[in-house]
Amino acid sequence: MTDTTRVGLVVVSHSDMLANGVAELAAQMAPDVTVQPVGGTEEGGLGTDYGAVVEALADADSGAGVVVLYDLGSAKMTAEMAVESADDPSRYAVVDAPLVEGAVAAAVAAQGGASLADVAATAEGASSETPAATPNRPALHLVQGAVSAEVQLTNEVGLHARPAALLARTVAELDADVTVRYGTEEANAASVLALMGLSAPGGKSITVVATGKDAEEAVRRIEELAERGFDD
Amino acid sequence: MGCTAADVVAAVRAAAAVVQEHRDELVRLDQAIGDADHGENMKRGFTAVVSRLDAEPPDTPAKVLKLVATTLISTVGGAAGPLYGTAFLRASSALGDAAELDSALVARALQAALDGVIARGKAAVGDKTMVDALTPAVTAAASADGSVAATLSAAADAAAEGASSTVPMVARKGRASYLGERSAGHMDPGARSTALLLRALADTAAKA
Repeated sequence: MTDTTRVGLVVVSHSDMLANGVAELAAQMAPDVTVQPVGGTEEGGLGTDYGAVVEALADADSGAGVVVLYDLGSAKMTAEMAVESADDPSRYAVVDAPLVEGAVAAAVAAQGGASLADVAATAEGASSETPAATPNRPALHLVQGAVSAEVQLTNEVGLHARPAALLARTVAELDADVTVRYGTEEANAASVLALMGLSAPGGKSITVVATGKDAEEAVRRIEELAERGFDD
Repeated sequence: MGCTAADVVAAVRAAAAVVQEHRDELVRLDQAIGDADHGENMKRGFTAVVSRLDAEPPDTPAKVLKLVATTLISTVGGAAGPLYGTAFLRASSALGDAAELDSALVARALQAALDGVIARGKAAVGDKTMVDALTPAVTAAASADGSVAATLSAAADAAAEGASSTVPMVARKGRASYLGERSAGHMDPGARSTALLLRALADTAAKA
């Protein structure tokens, strides 16, 4: 899937270790997304290095733009200055998001080919709270043309981070709206955080409901994924 | 007498010396309510400024301030880098290509610096930041009339008072804001460094 240009990410932290750790976590969810960590001062201390942020922005941009996440206030200011100094500041979005959840959510959205604006919005919508499922929505399988299936989570850990990311990615490529239900909770399958928020453990079943042109394909692919144990 | 690029270079060198001299004090202030790096960061930044001035002294006041801005942005590391960097950059733009500064230009540059700091840091008066020193300085400079030295002196006096006014404040911006009520009782290090810088500029202008 390397033929598609994806939005890149830059993680700006006061700490080199923190930036690298967040980037590692986000990259695991999104193998084809460039996640560029930049942390610490030039001498290796805590702080932010303006020049290094400028370079990271350029390195992360493969043509679709870059979403920039930061840890503390002065990292935000450094990121904003770097963006303002760029030839085309509109290619970069500094987002106000929880660093870890935001980076993970943004990486998955970018992997799915989302636009700069959508990746930025996904990061900003990522909350450190358990992601909102929508328990009171009318049951989607009553919607006309919806395709649904019971899917057993055969892997040991259920819908934890990596399987959730895999599921979200699978769906992102298709023209379908997919909802995953576990117990009384529902989650939009496009949101890896919402999927994780279902806390669906291994051995249990989830209900997958899809609408749209590729609804059948979406359900089929998720069934396949589950049968393969999410490649765990 | 006007204020040339050479005078501005002299003032910046004096500011660098003052930052060096007060490094430990700024560290102590920042230790109380922040991450204890302001003194060292400012010293590192202004040391780099001086070595760049030594290498190639710019030929207009605006270019001097721009050199200060770009150097601070890339060498300071903490919040002071982007904040002072923006302040000096905006001040530089406000000066245009003037070869000599008068008091009106100085007042305009200070106003531009304040606008830049507010745009960058989103702080207001009362948040316990450098804005609390710079805002009264701008007001004082705008109503001062006469020489550059008198304008800067009025600004420096007002900044010192503004810095003192941060002591009882509870921080609402920056790292100190995490301390909540416990940030009260300490002067804000950024407000203090702003007052120190303006005093150094004023003292140099008075000697010119």
